[in-house]
Parts: sequence; structure tokens; C-alpha cells
Amino acid sequence: MKVTVKVQRYNPEKDKKPTWQSFAVECEPGDRVLDLLNHIKWYMDSTLTYRRSCAHGICGSDAMLINGRNRLACKILVKDLTKEGGTITVEPIRGLKVERDLLVDMEPFFDAYRAVMPFFINDDPAPAGERLQSVEDRAIFDEGTKCILCACCTTSCPIFWVNGRYLGPASIVQAHRFIFDSRDKGSDQRLKVLNQNTGVWRCRTAYNCTEACPRDIPITELIEEVKRAVLYQKV
Amino acid sequence: MHHRYDVLVVGAGGAGLMASLYAAKSKNVSVAVISKLYPTRSHTGAAQGGVGAALGNVNEDHWEWHMFDTIKGGDYLTDQDAAEIFAKDVIEAVYELEHMGLPFSRLDNGKIAQRKFGGHTREYGKSAVERACYAVDRTGHMILQTLYQQNVKAGTTFYNEFQVLDLIIEDNVCKGVVALELSSGEIHTFHAKAVILASGGYGRVFKITSNALSLTGDLMSIYYRKGLPLEDLEFYQFHPTGIAKLGILITEGARGEGGILRNDSGERFMERYAPTIKDLAPRDMVSRAIYREIREGRGVGKEKDAIMLDLTHLPKDIIESRLPDITDFARTYLGVDPVKELVPIQPTAHYAMGGVPTTIDGEALASEDGTQVRGLYAAGEVACVSLHGANRLGTNSLGDLIVFGRRAGLAAAKYAQKAEFETLPNNPDAFSKGLIERLRNGSGSDNAAKIRKELQDTMMMNVGIFRNGKDMEAQIQIVKELQARYKNVSVADPSARYNTELVEALELGFLLDIAEAMTASALNRKESRGAHDREDFTERNDNDWLKHTMAYRDMQNPGNVILKYKPVVLKGETLNFVPKPRVY
Repeated sequence: MKVTVKVQRYNPEKDKKPTWQSFAVECEPGDRVLDLLNHIKWYMDSTLTYRRSCAHGICGSDAMLINGRNRLACKILVKDLTKEGGTITVEPIRGLKVERDLLVDMEPFFDAYRAVMPFFINDDPAPAGERLQSVEDRAIFDEGTKCILCACCTTSCPIFWVNGRYLGPASIVQAHRFIFDSRDKGSDQRLKVLNQNTGVWRCRTAYNCTEACPRDIPITELIEEVKRAVLYQKV
Repeated sequence: MHHRYDVLVVGAGGAGLMASLYAAKSKNVSVAVISKLYPTRSHTGAAQGGVGAALGNVNEDHWEWHMFDTIKGGDYLTDQDAAEIFAKDVIEAVYELEHMGLPFSRLDNGKIAQRKFGGHTREYGKSAVERACYAVDRTGHMILQTLYQQNVKAGTTFYNEFQVLDLIIEDNVCKGVVALELSSGEIHTFHAKAVILASGGYGRVFKITSNALSLTGDLMSIYYRKGLPLEDLEFYQFHPTGIAKLGILITEGARGEGGILRNDSGERFMERYAPTIKDLAPRDMVSRAIYREIREGRGVGKEKDAIMLDLTHLPKDIIESRLPDITDFARTYLGVDPVKELVPIQPTAHYAMGGVPTTIDGEALASEDGTQVRGLYAAGEVACVSLHGANRLGTNSLGDLIVFGRRAGLAAAKYAQKAEFETLPNNPDAFSKGLIERLRNGSGSDNAAKIRKELQDTMMMNVGIFRNGKDMEAQIQIVKELQARYKNVSVADPSARYNTELVEALELGFLLDIAEAMTASALNRKESRGAHDREDFTERNDNDWLKHTMAYRDMQNPGNVILKYKPVVLKGETLNFVPKPRVY
């Protein structure tokens, strides 16, 4: 089948502002959008620029706005977007500076990640074997451990678009993963960070993040749980 | 730009991040990590099923059994000193990951959950044992995240999205690294006392692979281009269960949980090939069995070139709670629900057993006589400490990363504490600049993507699961022709910023040189052992071939490969296992 791939192009070395470019691509219905972009880059226009690596939705490199929604280009198939003769539009994720074509500056995203202390804190002497944890306690924070830091959630959040200082859904998910881990003892410090005006109270429960997550993490729910933890200072 | 660090780690997957953590724990050692991706995007994150360690949480288990399984799995090409250290240390290392917060799945008693995996047995082969410690079916993801988190906590310096172009090595001393900063196009020189290579494998030399697009063997190739040897490149593992056509991995954990392979008539064919442990035989054996079924006309699908993985007899909640990611993959990419339907699979190029030869402390070897490249270390898939021998057991890659990543980090730091910075050559980046200039200003119009596709197609056909002399001789010529065409590749994109066309062209150059060393190594090994299976030499031959290949580029006649050999270490510190026929 043949589809049109309409891509936003921008190279600051030569362009003043972004433009659109269309490519007619021969493909199979089961092809990933990443396959189409690769085809364009390899055989039609080698200057097309985007990130990619694992090609099956586990590394988080190729988050982009596809037909108006944040998705991973390697996890969405042509047949789920359009039919023979249809059009697929591809743009960079929003709210982060576009460096070139579909590739954005990820540094502010990772700055927000680092701000919530996304690491295990427990200074007690470790036992000889493992720290025990019940199946139930392990399940409480399971959803957050799925996060691949692709930024689909944060860059679909209208609050983040308006105010880039908002830590955003992804970093709150990371904080949640540790706040609700029965072995961790750093919750107070994290909750303080999240109680600041860049933290969880900016969330207006728009659910964009949950809809955008390619890993089906119920992000809005996790943010609500963090809000409650901040309110009651306990988990 | 010029930088100076005592220890520089190249690659930010499990081995690199473990190495950087341990190097940084040593006193007065400055450490930095450079990666061509963001660390959390390294391919360790794609590992699914587990990390093997004889914790004995489910059933009795011992490091001695794990050591034996590793050696037998490696078809006795495994160096037994490495296997003994590994089987002992991986137990501590798994506990340590848990102490770093890694969210393992749990048993009802609160301990780390363990499940069965291919080639892991109790009492030296009697029956399968639960040795794979797992975190759902995203164990690698959890290891990668946890190690990155710990590096964030430790304040490790990262240079993300830097493509390495060259290692500065003079007179068998490594002095640093030259790399391209993707965001600016600028070339940086990293002056270091010790460099640790942890840059992963090269699955992209094959058409169907579980490996990320970024896995192009960059540092192995750079090492080889210096006239330094690559060890055991002929041993390349095909994982039995890649999603048909795509190669995306379906973890062996699926069979560990009870999944069964079936041919077109629904027969559980592994009963004929490995009567003791059936579908949980090691990967080389299962991959070959699948291809035999396909060749003999018992495959499924339009082209009868796939086999079915059957999980439908397992309880829905087991599939969804222990294998959610692979269930999602099957639904997303195949439209198949593993709870109700069989999943079409094909073997997929997965793991390089060979690589930069190292000692058990990760010190890079410059020759088969044990000479070292001073100041250079390697760990993880880029390295060959020869833990995996001729075939790696499932879950031993994650174990390898944490055990030998840590050892390399410690050894490099210890070396750097005593060493001085060596004097860099004049214009240390001259070679790298020339490499890029050539690609930018090349006169030819040959297309890198076309050459890459031809390489991947032909390597799959001629140096894949089944091999013979005639096909591999043909492949040597094909690689030479593609290398000649590569000289005419030019990069059309003139931009400095994020020139990904330039990066892909560089990567193709690396892949071509890996293919050269790999094919020559495979052609010369006239036996069948582990993952190296020859139709013209069908038996394992310990008299002539119980030895490691060391492949050197012939620097006088580029394109030709000089092959030397070194003995297998057949003794551990306390135990040793005498080679015997490998049956399961």
C-alpha cells in the first residue's frame, strides 16, 4: 500500500522556522511508523533527523507526535493510523526545544527527573541476603517501574507546555516508584520537592499523560496518590 | 574540546554503569561515562527474562551447579576460571542490586522470585532448576534503571550522545578516546589514564536481530582496526524465539514458565532433540532444532518459515503477571493474543559470545600470549572474558554485566590511582577528523543503506545458524566488495548538528570490519561447537579445536585476516570440569 508521510522539518543551520514536507512511501499495513521514517532517511532524504534505537518500544528514543498524539514511532503501526492512500503526520513532541526535525532537547526533561531524587535511599546496613518485600508491597509501585523515560507523558501535558518549570508527569512517576517502595526511606525529602510550586499541585488532572503513555501506566492515578501522600505526609 | 579523567567508561548499559559506579567508589579517581545514546536507552533495557544466580530461593541450588551449566552450555570453550568467579560472585551481585533498590518480583516469603531458564540444571544436568532471578519480564530494564539511578545519586559525569571515533593507543598503551558530539558536530578528545569499553554487541550485522539499531560493534571494530585481536567472533548466538519477521525478542522466560514450541502438526518437537529438558535446552540447540523443523517442511505461516510458541495452556494470570511485556509485543506487532493463540516465532540474531579479549579483571589483551594493552579494560558484550564460550546460557548476560562490569571498574580505578597521564600524540584527533572528512567529501554516490542491507542479508544467509565452507568463502568476497563500495560512500547531509546520516555511515564501516573478522574466524574453525554449526564439519573436535580464535586484521594487506589461537582455561580456582559430549 501507499501512504503519504507528512513530516515537520526544521534545521536551525538553514531554516528560520519549521516547514512541512511530504513523502509518498510504499509500505505494508503492519509496518511501524519508524520503518517509514527509516525508509525515507535511507532511500529518499538522508537529512531527515530523529532519534531511534531499540525499535520495539522499550528504549524510549523515538517519542514523537504522530497524527496529533504522542507515541513511539516503533510502537504504532501504519494500519492503526490510516488506510491505503492516507496521510500520517509526524511532528516533534511539544514543550521541549526542537534541535532538528523530530529531535528535541531532552536536557530539561532529565533535569526534572533528577530533581525528584529518583534513586533508592536507605542508609541502614543491608542484610546478608535480600531485604524482604511481600508480593503485595511489591505490587503497590509496579506501574511506575514500567517507565522508559520517553517523555510522551510530560510533553503531552498542557501545564508543562505553559510552564516548563513544572516537574511534569514522568518525574512524578519516578518519585512515586520510590515513595511507595516499602524498602525506601527517602520519601520525606521527595515529598518536599513535590510540594513546591513546580511539583504535583500544578497537575490539573487533564489525563493527557495517561492517554499518551506507551507503557499503559495509569499516570494520573499515580500523581493523585503522590498528592495524597504530600497532604498526609505519609504513605 | 579537551577533557581529562582518570577513568573513562565508553558505553552506559549495565556493564558501563556498574563499572562507573565502582570506579567512582575508589579514592581520588575522577570518572566520566560517554554514550552514543542516553544511558536509559542502552540495550540492557531490552533484556527480559532474568539474571541467573544460585540463590536457591525456590529449590536447592549451588554455585557449583551454575558453574557447570555455564561451561557445558558454552560447549567447553568457556574459560573455567571466569566461570567459577562468575558463578560465585553473581550471587553477591544480585543481592547488591536488590540493596540498590532493584524491584525484583517476589515469592510469598518475601524473597527474590526465581524461575527456570534454558540450560540451568540441578545436580549437573539432572533436571531444570529455578535460577533466574526476575523482575516481571523487564529484568534488564530494571537493572539499567537501577544502575543509572545509582549513578545519578553518585553524581557521575555523563557525556550523552557522543559517537566514539577512535581509541588513542600507542605502543600497547591506551591514552584516551576521541568522540563526536552529536549535538554540535564538534570533535572531543578525552585524555584518560584508564579506558573501559562497555559498548555492547553488533547484532545489526544480521538481517533479523533482537538488537537495537545502535548495536553496530563500534568499539570492537575500532580495536580491530588498530591491529589488535578479537576473540571467538565465530560464536554468535541466535535466540530461538524472536517474533516472526521482526526479530523482537520473546524471552526464554516464556518457556521457563511452561511455554512449548510446536511445529505445523502441533507436535512438541523438542522432545526429539533434548529429551531431558526439552524446550529448556540451551539456545543454540533449540535454534537449530527450529530450523531443522522448518527445513524439513514442518514450519508454519505463508512461507512455512516459522514455528509456534504455545502459552495457551498456562493460566491467563500467569501470562499477564509474569510476561506482560511480551504479551504486549505479540498483541502490538502481530495482533496475536498469547493467552488464546499461538505466537509465530523464528530464531533471531541475539548475542556475541566473542569480542575484545580480556583477563578476569577486564584487562584488554593485545595478543594470544597474554600481553595487555595497558590502561584499557572491557566488560559486557563488547568483551570476551570467555565466560560464555561457544554459547551463552540465558540470563548469563545480565550476570556477566554486573560481575565483570564491577571487576573492570575496580581494576581500572586501581590502575589509575597509581598511573600518570601518558603524553598524547600530537593532533590526537587527526585520524578521526580524516575519517569524517572522507565521508563528508567523498566523491562517490553509493548508498550506505543499500550496502548495509546487502551486508545484513548475506551475513544472515552465509554466516547464520548453519554454516559451510563454500558459503563462507563466498561471504568473504562479498564483504570485500562491500568494503570497496563503502570507500565510495559519501554523506549528503552537510549539517554539523545531529548529523545522523554521518553516524549511520560510520556505523556501517564498523559493521563491515566486524563482518570481515567474524567470517574469517568462522571459516577457519573446522568443527561444530555451540553456536558455530557447520554442515561440512558436523562434530565437535576437541583434539584440534578446543582453543580460542584470535583474529587480527592484516595491517599490511587490509581485508585479510590473520588467525591465531590460544588455549581454553580448563581449570577454575577450585573446580574443573573435563570436556565430555554435550547432551541434554
